[in-house]
Amino acid sequence: MIVKTIFSGFGGQGVLMMGLSLAHSAMNSGYHVTYLPAYGAEVRGGTANCTVAIADEEIASPVASEPDYLVAMNSPSLFTFQNKLSAGGTIFLNSSIVEDRPNRLDVKVCAIPCGDIAQELGNSRVANIIMMGIFIKKTNIVPAEMYLKNLELIMGSKKKTVAEVNRKAFAAGFDYVSDN
Amino acid sequence: MNKVLMSGNNIIGEAAIRAGCRFYAGYPITPQNELTEYMANHMRNTPDGVFIQSESEIAAINMIAGASAAGARVMTSSSSPGISLKQEGISSMAACELPGIIVNIMRGGPGLGNIRPSQGDYFQATRGGGHGDYRTIVFAPATCQELADLTMDAFDLADKYRSPVMILADGMMGQMMEPVVFKKPKARIYSEKFILQGAGTGKSKFIRGLILDAIDMEEHNWKLARKYKIIAENEIRYEEHQIEDAQMVIVAYGTAARIAKGAIKRLRDNGLKVGLFRPITLWPFPELNLRALSAKVKNFLVFEMSTGQMLDDVRLSLQGYAKIDFHGRPGGAVPTPSELANVIARNYDKND
Repeated sequence: MIVKTIFSGFGGQGVLMMGLSLAHSAMNSGYHVTYLPAYGAEVRGGTANCTVAIADEEIASPVASEPDYLVAMNSPSLFTFQNKLSAGGTIFLNSSIVEDRPNRLDVKVCAIPCGDIAQELGNSRVANIIMMGIFIKKTNIVPAEMYLKNLELIMGSKKKTVAEVNRKAFAAGFDYVSDN
Repeated sequence: MNKVLMSGNNIIGEAAIRAGCRFYAGYPITPQNELTEYMANHMRNTPDGVFIQSESEIAAINMIAGASAAGARVMTSSSSPGISLKQEGISSMAACELPGIIVNIMRGGPGLGNIRPSQGDYFQATRGGGHGDYRTIVFAPATCQELADLTMDAFDLADKYRSPVMILADGMMGQMMEPVVFKKPKARIYSEKFILQGAGTGKSKFIRGLILDAIDMEEHNWKLARKYKIIAENEIRYEEHQIEDAQMVIVAYGTAARIAKGAIKRLRDNGLKVGLFRPITLWPFPELNLRALSAKVKNFLVFEMSTGQMLDDVRLSLQGYAKIDFHGRPGGAVPTPSELANVIARNYDKND
């Protein structure tokens, strides 16, 4: 099994943190992983994306030809990557700011207003973690508790309240959708 | 030790410190900045560790040359344009037989180019780069684990042969994260007689590259040449991947080899028997090992993120014994495995 995911959005939305936390959780679940950030002169408001590969065997290429999942936190991400996605793959959309929908019929679409849910929770910065709740629920790549533990690990010494905010945000996303 | 998820740049830094590197000088440049940052952060917590952000790349290479002469394990790092600036110093270290590690996290070129991953510095790295009759050992890691292992080995080889050693990776290797386990470094073996530490009442020692007498300089050149011959006989490293039944072999190194492995997986799923030959040392190049393959495989394709540089070494190795095609993506473009798989499939049955 090998699963490749592209996380993409504006710089500042936390898309690299989404990929990194997933990669970390998968590594500690015993998988082979690669985490490939698209680095550049990007700053807050620019574009950012990363590719995470998770496999139960050695990963040949960290570059994804046809990713299985695309997490698009903004519209440019959808336009850039929708045609790369493999047939039968899933696109996760932050529908709070992405009004467009994929023009492909052979992929599943999971459109969730992560930005709005984050506002309701009173913290617009946790939209990415809400999306991770949805992503983990739908893909089931790693157990939810495993993900949360690793998220706390990489957030490191930051205040304990941050962990709680993240847990709440993750649960909000996780419970928003049904698994299938 | 447990697995940790680290970026390539940080892995080089950690491996270097574990291997006993106690002097690092560097000047910032993307995409290797995290390495300089890592050394700045960690050298201060390392007993006897020295970190210097130099005023230029040229200063950095000369600082590590000096520290090496004084007996420290030394490293500097940069990316393509910065490595060009270091060449005079590398030539000087080769002449003075000073061990040291130079890390090149390649980016798109020529000139200032861009900050995307590329492999355009192969000629510069493997042909010596600077002036004069010299060689540098060049390691080309392809995974984060190899970055850790080869960084440690680089220090050992630099001491063993009293020569600068280059680690040649690209922006993707520097930025990518993979789980890594750091092996236990070997104890340093380096004779005190090569170290300048004050003569005291004894005889003065000299380390110099300026040898004005032509016959003396000739002898020095031949001495170096004999050393390079020994290195070429003993230090070649390469990987063969799925070549047992291969009808066609891809030759690629570093990041390009990772992409090639992905392409080979796709092609094998479709019944095409394709293998990979991956040089791990770019100098010395695994010339005879590659040539041996041509006894049974007649169809080779060189894949590089350049316009074709290692291609020359593959031609020299195969010497007309087999057909050689080339696919390149220079300037910071990184192809996907499926793109490369298409190119390979087109060439698979071709006999011209």
